[in-house]
Amino acid sequence: MKKKTKVKKYRRIDYMGLVYIAPWLLGFLLLQLYPFLSSLFYSFTDYQFFNEPSFVGLKNYIKLFTTDPEFYNSLKVTIVYTLYTVPGKLMMALFIAVLLNKNIKRIGLIRTIYYLPSLFGGSVAVAILWKLLFMDDGAINNILLTLHLPKVQWLGNSSTALMTICLLEIWQFGSSMVMFLAALKQVPASLYEAASLDGAGKVKSFFHITLPQISPIIFFNIIMQTITALQNFTSSFVVTGGGPNKGTYVLGMKLYTDAFTYFKMGYASATSWVIFGLILVVTLLLFRFSSGKVYYEDGGDF
Amino acid sequence: MGKRKKRLNKIILYIVIAAVGVVMVYPVIWMFLAAFKTNSEIFGSLKLLPGSWSPDAFIKGWQGTGKYTFGKYFINTFLIVVPTTLFTVGSCALVAYGFARFKFPGKKFLFAVLIATLMLPNTVIIIPRYTLFNKFGWLNTYLPFYVPALLACFPFFIYMLLQFMRGIPRELDESAYIDGCGTFRTFRSILFPLLKPAMFSAGLFQFLWTYNDFFNSLIYINSVDKYPLSLALRTAIDSDANVQWGQIMAMAFVSVLPLIILFFVAQKYFVEGIATSGLKG
Repeated sequence: MKKKTKVKKYRRIDYMGLVYIAPWLLGFLLLQLYPFLSSLFYSFTDYQFFNEPSFVGLKNYIKLFTTDPEFYNSLKVTIVYTLYTVPGKLMMALFIAVLLNKNIKRIGLIRTIYYLPSLFGGSVAVAILWKLLFMDDGAINNILLTLHLPKVQWLGNSSTALMTICLLEIWQFGSSMVMFLAALKQVPASLYEAASLDGAGKVKSFFHITLPQISPIIFFNIIMQTITALQNFTSSFVVTGGGPNKGTYVLGMKLYTDAFTYFKMGYASATSWVIFGLILVVTLLLFRFSSGKVYYEDGGDF
Repeated sequence: MGKRKKRLNKIILYIVIAAVGVVMVYPVIWMFLAAFKTNSEIFGSLKLLPGSWSPDAFIKGWQGTGKYTFGKYFINTFLIVVPTTLFTVGSCALVAYGFARFKFPGKKFLFAVLIATLMLPNTVIIIPRYTLFNKFGWLNTYLPFYVPALLACFPFFIYMLLQFMRGIPRELDESAYIDGCGTFRTFRSILFPLLKPAMFSAGLFQFLWTYNDFFNSLIYINSVDKYPLSLALRTAIDSDANVQWGQIMAMAFVSVLPLIILFFVAQKYFVEGIATSGLKG
């Protein structure tokens, strides 16, 4: 009897759900799961696009970590890029969001202006613009000259070139800012009133009320931005071409060059799994670190 | 005393907001103005305004250096972006409907899979996708853009629409069933009209991302007659040594103009899309 009710749990109409999700299921199997598994397989082969992949064991990974002169440099550049852009962008976004979260006139217009750079994302047009602005005798250096500041070789040496690319990313903090702004509006005013009655100043209530209250959205942003940053490609490719001295040669660019210029697809797959591993480790660490630090109104169940 | 301090704070606040605002728009305005400048005006000159306002750079830039004008690249871009956007929104809405309203077997597991793919980085699947599309003979066509869109390979949008759909009362569906509607008819006549704003937001972001996308165009498209704007611009800067930067900036500006217009027209949906679902721009 019990068994019968269990079988009866699904109405005929419920199976229609499978029909509606069928496109996604097919897409998932064919364009996500299959590529995911094959790139893992390729990473253990000598696949070069025109040959049949044959198994070479850990050779690609060993080569990456021991003999490839580019790899550690790319890894370092990618990590530095991520460490600059993610905190830089989010701190900027949070700072401005807190400033704007007051009764300010023309908030719509201000929000629009701040959001504008985010529209262009990783577009080539903006990357070219950046290249031009930061050239040796470009507009930025001209501004510095008029302010009687020394010129900077923005794209001329490897560490400043990396900074310049980071600036492009940080400049686009508007979308995170809009998210933070929306989150800030949700913080109940009564909490601030209670805090100020208890004698807490603005700084104190920022750290003890604002930050904990919007921690889920900050956490979400850190994870998504980190995943994006670790895969950066366009700005390095267009603004600096990976140079100078491979100073902006991020892992994404190494992957592109190995896979689509030299067609060393097995080897590039190994690189892609290193990037994936990096993302996985960072995400897990963030989750670990955030447990108990991120505040959920509903206790985390949904 | 307190009042004066408050006023001073307010003034500082506005100065900071204005200063950062200038940093935000300056590059974009500079891009527009550079389109009227000569190379010598662009480099080594501080003047923001150009010496003359001749639209030459726009005309010459539009004509391009090769066989095709920028008109062609614009058409190509829209041929990629518009169908991709429509397919994405359509397929994702149906999949979201499937997840939101039906209790089919295996739903919990499949939903967990969907959520897991939210974090699946593109980098790790791009090489096999490329070889797969090569086997299908789809390289140098727009199918690598259309097919993932048709097959709802954008878990972000599914999730976003799903969350929105959860907010629509189920009683509406039930009453449609009682009236004899099938599931698709219920979706079309009950849910679809209510879902429109969310679909519009999702569509805007997919439009924006596909429009700006460079990596996929770079690897999948290799003949100039199929180039979208991103590839055309990229080719323009390294084609010849004496690049006329004014023309490049003119075309760069023209290429981002549709985004700017779209943003101003549909601002409400952008802001709501980001604020409610946590989309990144």
